Amino acid sequence: MPEKIQTIHYVNQFFGGLGGEDQAGVAPQWYDGPKGPGQLIAGMAPDIEIIGTIVAGDNYMAENLDAAVAEIVGLIEAKRTVAADFKPKLLLAGPAFNAGRYGMACAAVCQAVQARLGIHAATALHEENPAVEIYRRPVTIVRASSDVMGMRDAATNMARVGLKLVAGAAIVPTEDNTISHGLRQNYFADAPGAQRAIDMLLRKVSGATPETEYAMPVFGRVPPAPAVKNMAQATLALVTSGGIVPRGNPDRIESANASKFGAYSLQGLDRLSGETHQSVHGGYDPTYANEDPNRVLPLDVMRDLEREGRIGKLSETYYATVGNATSVERAQRYGQNIAAELVNVGVQAVILTST
Amino acid sequence: MTLTLHKHIVNQVKLGEQTGINQGCLSLDAAALARTLQEQDHRLARIRVRLALPGEATRILCVKDVVQPRAKAVGTEPGTGVLCVLENVAIATCGPIVGFQEGIIDMSGPGAAYTPFSRLPLIVLEIDVHEPLDPHAHEEALREAGTRAAKFVAQSCLDSVPDQTEEVLWDEVPCAPSLPRIGYVYIVLSQGLLHDTYVLGRNAQEGLPISVDPRIVLDNGVLSGNCVSACDKNTTFHHQNNPVIAELLSGHGTRWNFTGVVITNEPTRLAEKQLSAAAAVEKIIQMKSSGVIISKEGFGNPDADLMMIVRDLEQAGIKTVAITDEFAGSDGASQSLADTTPEADALVSTGNANERVELPAMATTIGPLPDVSRLAGGYPHSLRDDGSMEVELQAIIGATNQLGYSHLSCREA
Amino acid sequence: MGLPTAHICSIVPISKTVGANRIIPSIAIPHPLGDPDKSPDEEKAIRRRLVEQALAALGTDISDQHVFDEPISSD
Repeated sequence: MPEKIQTIHYVNQFFGGLGGEDQAGVAPQWYDGPKGPGQLIAGMAPDIEIIGTIVAGDNYMAENLDAAVAEIVGLIEAKRTVAADFKPKLLLAGPAFNAGRYGMACAAVCQAVQARLGIHAATALHEENPAVEIYRRPVTIVRASSDVMGMRDAATNMARVGLKLVAGAAIVPTEDNTISHGLRQNYFADAPGAQRAIDMLLRKVSGATPETEYAMPVFGRVPPAPAVKNMAQATLALVTSGGIVPRGNPDRIESANASKFGAYSLQGLDRLSGETHQSVHGGYDPTYANEDPNRVLPLDVMRDLEREGRIGKLSETYYATVGNATSVERAQRYGQNIAAELVNVGVQAVILTST
Repeated sequence: MTLTLHKHIVNQVKLGEQTGINQGCLSLDAAALARTLQEQDHRLARIRVRLALPGEATRILCVKDVVQPRAKAVGTEPGTGVLCVLENVAIATCGPIVGFQEGIIDMSGPGAAYTPFSRLPLIVLEIDVHEPLDPHAHEEALREAGTRAAKFVAQSCLDSVPDQTEEVLWDEVPCAPSLPRIGYVYIVLSQGLLHDTYVLGRNAQEGLPISVDPRIVLDNGVLSGNCVSACDKNTTFHHQNNPVIAELLSGHGTRWNFTGVVITNEPTRLAEKQLSAAAAVEKIIQMKSSGVIISKEGFGNPDADLMMIVRDLEQAGIKTVAITDEFAGSDGASQSLADTTPEADALVSTGNANERVELPAMATTIGPLPDVSRLAGGYPHSLRDDGSMEVELQAIIGATNQLGYSHLSCREA
Repeated sequence: MGLPTAHICSIVPISKTVGANRIIPSIAIPHPLGDPDKSPDEEKAIRRRLVEQALAALGTDISDQHVFDEPISSD
């Protein structure tokens, strides 16, 4: 008979049987064996052995979440040092349904034990629980009903998903009834793409709602910055995602999905040329940009406007990266870092060029 | 018009004294092939011909194109006559890097799962050109060498008895009026060096969109001149075996009425993108299609071409399904597309090309190893001293092909 | 407080989708601020017009995303 998976269960004071709001201030405590919903889990999931239950008060957790979570991590570590056969592989927290304080505690405990103790963890929450938006990325969250009426389903599924995590199996939100981490993950589908496309089209033509494999993404918005009042006094900077770098690509910026941006001096340059600069962008034909890099980064015109007094000054550093297959998350980070550097040196406006 | 395929099923490939097929064994006279290619193109300085077989510990680097041997046995008109096709074998061209976009084929190991070409015996041509040669001429020389080699091999089999004979039927098949009318918008890349496609011998930058008989595509009607990026470039092999066309032909007359193929391009100017999209949509409307499959090539700005076509077709009352890959970042946390439209409610995903894969060292490498770090999808630290490397899927030929040739997909996790 | 930024790019729909605020349509993807079919002087004049449009955009208060001027034809 295979060994059972040693599991720790986390519950609040109410589900731990200590009491209601009057007990919400109790500090985390360890009880050997299952309590409350843990008994339900132990009854339904024969592969799970609940070796202990940690019970903590909702207010105690909510009032200083980080410290309280650290206390719980400490509790488990202390058990490890005294008992050689204490080898928990899984922590289950809740279900916490739509309970705000309890949900936050469950998710925070899951995140901490998986990161600091290397123990797999899962909780069960209603999709509107405020902990979902905060913790969905790092924590595996099984879908639960809004109240305790759905205890049986949520507890059973949490245990099943927890065992899958321990086994190293992929969790598929649509099949496992979990809340997605908001990440895209590759897998090999049963049919090739062309066949799936035709099947999807036939359903759509017949009037059914298509089940898209990728729903349209939403992009962030920022309010427009106020206009430059006096251009003739303003310092402007050039920034490009078109991959124009000094010849030789000193920072070795990648031709696709660039892992960095570069900051390069324009001092003493009146225009760019094919001798001084080049394109390292892998997403467009670089022939024209290599012939005359001003076609992507218009230094020649900026110098003219500077001389004519149309602008106050061109910042002596320009910034460049490669916007080819570069993820939005990276691009946002580069944008924020470049903006911070530009603000530091007193730049008031930016001309950003893209290919 | 009729097209007949004479299919030879190759079950073994070997280098030998002569070129031809016998009992499924394809023999290749490598010296004669190299000589023929060099006689036809004096820009080719050196051609090394090697075999790479499925399961071997072989890595092919800086692959420009993969081509299936196909040659006309009877007839000259594209899409008609008799076409000799060698199944289960392909030609791969490689050599020093021209741009950033060439790719990797691993014949075994974790990388092999991502490329369809690891499952075929490959005749690999590693080609050096006479320097100096400008990049456009370099690209052209290798492209033509690949298609000429494919023709050379297929022509050697014209007199052999094929294993299968297949009549490709299309507009002569009667279709009940009750069948859904399904069309295909076939978008190909057309943006310059290593970003071009050739349709019926013409650069796809001009003369598109056109509607074509699907059999023309099978008959070498669309050739690849691009490498953007390796994961989602349509190799010539992918065009020759376009899976959307193959599927639509297979159910034509029984499950649907395949109304035709509109080949269109992805120009570099916005106004031209708008013109191409509008003209492609008009051609689909003329075909009275009720639904359309749309395939794309490349990513980033081509997302705009795709979204324009989807939007305009849906607004004209024609249902669409679009095939696209994703660039969601290495961790899958980013938005996958550069452009969107609310009408695009039915997408088939062919995978996140930013996902990374660890490729162990291989006993044999063909092609210029030091160029790996310059490939799109490679990183300066990609290649380690022991020969192993970590790359994004976008560096692997055909990994996220947007004709829907492969099984890779992507889902929420 | 943010820095006003003029985004000079060829494929305006993408710029709009990803959320740029001041958008200036340019010539073509491989040469947004140039046109190899023109003489060097003509090309620089085209580039100058685009950059001047960017300056105009940076000097204009807007409340929402805005595309400045029609695409400049290089014909």
